[in-house]
Amino acid sequence: MSEIILTIDNKQVKAEAGMTVLEAARKAGIYIPTLCYFEKLKPYTACRICMVEIEARGRVSLDTACSRPVAPNLVVRTRSERIDKIRKMLLELMLAHAPESVPLQELAREYGADADRFEKEPSFCILCGLCVRYCDEVAKKNAVTFVDRGTRREIMFIPEIALKECWDCKECFALCPTIALQEAYLLTKALASASFSLEPEPEQ
Amino acid sequence: MPRISSPAELEERRQNILSKRDNSKPCIAVCGGTGCHALGNRSIIDAFKAEIKKRTLQAKVNIRETGCPGFCEAGPIVVIYPEEICYVQVTPEDASDIISETVVGKKVIDRLVYTDPKTGEKAIHESEIPFYKGQMRLTIGDNGKLDPKSIEDYLAVGGYSALVKVLQTMTPEQVVAEIKKSNLRGRSGAGFPASIKWDAVRVAVGDTKYVICNCHEGDPGAFADRRMMEANPHNILEGMIIGAYAMGANEGYIFVGDEFPLTVENTAIAIKQAEEYGLLGKNILGSGLDLNIKINIDAGGYVCGEMSALMAAIEGRVGEPTVRYDHATERGLWNKPTCVNNLQTWASVPLIVNKGADWYAGIGTASSKGTRVFSLVGTVNNSGLVEVPMGMTLRQVIFDIGGGIREDNNFKAVLVGGPLGAFLPESLLDLPVDFDEISKAGGSLGPSLVVIDEKTCMVDMVKYFLTFLSNESCGKCTPCRDGIRQMLKIVNRINDGGGKEGDIELLEAISEVQRVAALCPLGQTASNPARSAIKHFRDELEVHIKEKRCPSGVCKILATASH
Amino acid sequence: MDNAKIDRIIDRHAGDASSLIQVLLEIQHENDWLPKEVLEKVSKKLNVPLSRVQHVATFYKSFRVVPEGLHEIHVCNGTGCHVRGAPRLLDKVQDITGVKAGETNSDLKVSLEVVNCLGCCSSGPVMVVDGKYHSKVSPVKAEDVLKNL
Ligand SMILES: Cc1cc2nc3c(=O)[nH]c(=O)nc-3n(C[C@H](O)[C@H](O)[C@H](O)COP(=O)(O)O)c2cc1C
Ligand code: SF4
Ligand code: FES
Repeated sequence: MSEIILTIDNKQVKAEAGMTVLEAARKAGIYIPTLCYFEKLKPYTACRICMVEIEARGRVSLDTACSRPVAPNLVVRTRSERIDKIRKMLLELMLAHAPESVPLQELAREYGADADRFEKEPSFCILCGLCVRYCDEVAKKNAVTFVDRGTRREIMFIPEIALKECWDCKECFALCPTIALQEAYLLTKALASASFSLEPEPEQ
Repeated sequence: MPRISSPAELEERRQNILSKRDNSKPCIAVCGGTGCHALGNRSIIDAFKAEIKKRTLQAKVNIRETGCPGFCEAGPIVVIYPEEICYVQVTPEDASDIISETVVGKKVIDRLVYTDPKTGEKAIHESEIPFYKGQMRLTIGDNGKLDPKSIEDYLAVGGYSALVKVLQTMTPEQVVAEIKKSNLRGRSGAGFPASIKWDAVRVAVGDTKYVICNCHEGDPGAFADRRMMEANPHNILEGMIIGAYAMGANEGYIFVGDEFPLTVENTAIAIKQAEEYGLLGKNILGSGLDLNIKINIDAGGYVCGEMSALMAAIEGRVGEPTVRYDHATERGLWNKPTCVNNLQTWASVPLIVNKGADWYAGIGTASSKGTRVFSLVGTVNNSGLVEVPMGMTLRQVIFDIGGGIREDNNFKAVLVGGPLGAFLPESLLDLPVDFDEISKAGGSLGPSLVVIDEKTCMVDMVKYFLTFLSNESCGKCTPCRDGIRQMLKIVNRINDGGGKEGDIELLEAISEVQRVAALCPLGQTASNPARSAIKHFRDELEVHIKEKRCPSGVCKILATASH
Repeated sequence: MDNAKIDRIIDRHAGDASSLIQVLLEIQHENDWLPKEVLEKVSKKLNVPLSRVQHVATFYKSFRVVPEGLHEIHVCNGTGCHVRGAPRLLDKVQDITGVKAGETNSDLKVSLEVVNCLGCCSSGPVMVVDGKYHSKVSPVKAEDVLKNL
């Protein structure tokens, strides 16, 4: 494996080709916040909290550390005024959904995010997709999925599969950064026993 | 009919078709485009047919259902050849008069010709109608002359001659060089140079390479691309075949929305005809080039026009954009080298080959060459499909071609670039149609120009586009999905009379983050309409917030609120 | 629902996961909507997890996972129609039919949908009732068009 040297927060960091900036940073003990990342899953780049500044060939750009492949001579900054501002806003947008989430609250303290900046949304999910992707890529049961799109996007358990597979697995529960998953699961189970059909609920 | 196996044989076939045509024979051309379809063109065609039969003129008069010539506002449009007399707003009841007086009697029917509402002047031929006068219809000019369902019609107007030229006289490198010299830039709006993609795919290694025509056009005020596809599908196929030759591609897709049945139908017929003629399939015109083109139907979603989402959709998955660190030109559809171009980009290719890059580069501005086809819509007098040379000012497009604002209202703004574009006020109307100038003004040179007048409310328009995008974003990433959600909540409360001090600044703050943090260009530019409204119409927003009043009387609650 | 026809469509693409969207479109052209049993069948035959079929069937706007009404009304709210009075038309249509946009009334008689640009902005506002286009529809004209439903 060819070794790649890059700079993260003024520190020379050794990485291997094929690694992401996030992996290189973690290996060097440098912390970058993540919410939709999990090491056993493919990068998803949805929460955007891991955005860092990357200088390559004289140009500075923003990118998600969880997806960006390392390259020789990259200069990465994991904190800056610009990055902090982005993370603060992202946290505020997510806190509107999941004000009780512990990981969000911790990050909110770090970045001075105001949980009440935006009007609350009656969903507890930040759509990080960890459960959906874990069930697909690792557990390979495909019991949970996204449905719909845009601001109506949600997660949904497929009742028949969930009833069969989920009770003995529940491995995705631990990954959920909010409390949404459990609730959704319990809800679906209840609905499934009441002969819930696969049709999504009508829009409100 | 046997496949044509060489360029020379194609030319022979063309001569054969032309020799059988009698140009002095009267022909009634009825616009068969979607716009005139909505106005009942079917019953007009039926009326003509019945009338011709009644008078047993079948052998003496042709009737042709053509592509859209562009002047939808005055539709249904009927043109009588060989005199090229143009009748507007024709009804089935007019069929009998048109046949007896014009086709047989060779007289113009006064009541059916276009009358300029301003001057009262009548215009008998297309070329005299102000709507057409200022245009330069290089890629849509044939629309009204041919039946999109007939490859013979396309051959009769010189179709596939660019392909013949390429196969007979040019190497793939020369084709790419020609496109480069023409400075053809991507017509989807961003203006990316076509030759860079073409060259990258040409040199990329791969047993399979793809050419894709993006005819998705999810912009809710745009119909230019699909109308061009529907009106002259062989022109697009010809552009794609030339591209495939230049890049060494052997598979092609035309990506088009399910909502456009006539576009899909005409494209499918054209592909089948091209296959029968030996213009698609194996060993095209004996050149050794193999190319299959398939239609892939999009099941609905604005975001699916974005390149990575488009490829996901063709692969049968949800149209969610993904981050890519290698170019589609190396690893695109099914990880093979892929060139995605907008429909209008492909449409310009035969023209450039035929007339030469130098000629093409002579049209337009320093950095934007050739022409641009827009769907000109909104509260403008002459809406329709227009093609103008780059460099023409927006004012000329809206006032000279578009005939100004309906009902003599005042102009308020023109939206350039659709849901991800910008509202430009009167003071910017002298901007030229030019990729870079429009982009500097905050818009993008997309396929639609939406004109709005003083009776339209900017808060309502911003709300309209945020609502659209809240439905059309894929919903994957936080800044886009939740940014749009919160922006819409804010605009909704301004619209309802609950706007607060600081709301405009909050919109701006969300937009700042969304622009840099969203995953794909949809999220990155979702706030463009709002930003431009704030920039140019801030007063109007503030009146809504501070005085709880809607100056245009559009916002329902505000209009009736008794504050 | 014509099961044989639907089976034929699915069988033609058996094992080809990439044809999922095209298959669902074809089935819907045949059947107007996509019942749950059909989605399950497609999932099995095309070898695509049901979860992914569900996502696709709810992601794309053309797909319907609930049955349509007997009469279909589409009101265009593309930008062109919007600025030429589509919102007023929509209000009127909702009033007349008693159906809200995006819904079907309880006796499955009328479905009302708001659609994006139908490509005939010059004749806006446009409304399509059971496949027939109506152009420049004023609220008064809407009443006339809908009185026979
Ligand atoms: C949200 C979104 C929607 C898009 N829709 C279209 C479209 O409908 N048609 C199109 O040609 N390009 C569309 N694009 C641009 C494509 O991603 C791509 O750049 C284009 O097809 C390339 O063609 P060109 O280089 O010939 O312009 C869209 C981009 C975004 C971000
Ligand atoms: S920016 Fe919007 S459309 Fe693009 S990936 Fe994110 S959520 Fe999807
Ligand atoms: S952790 Fe990188 S985008 Fe979510």
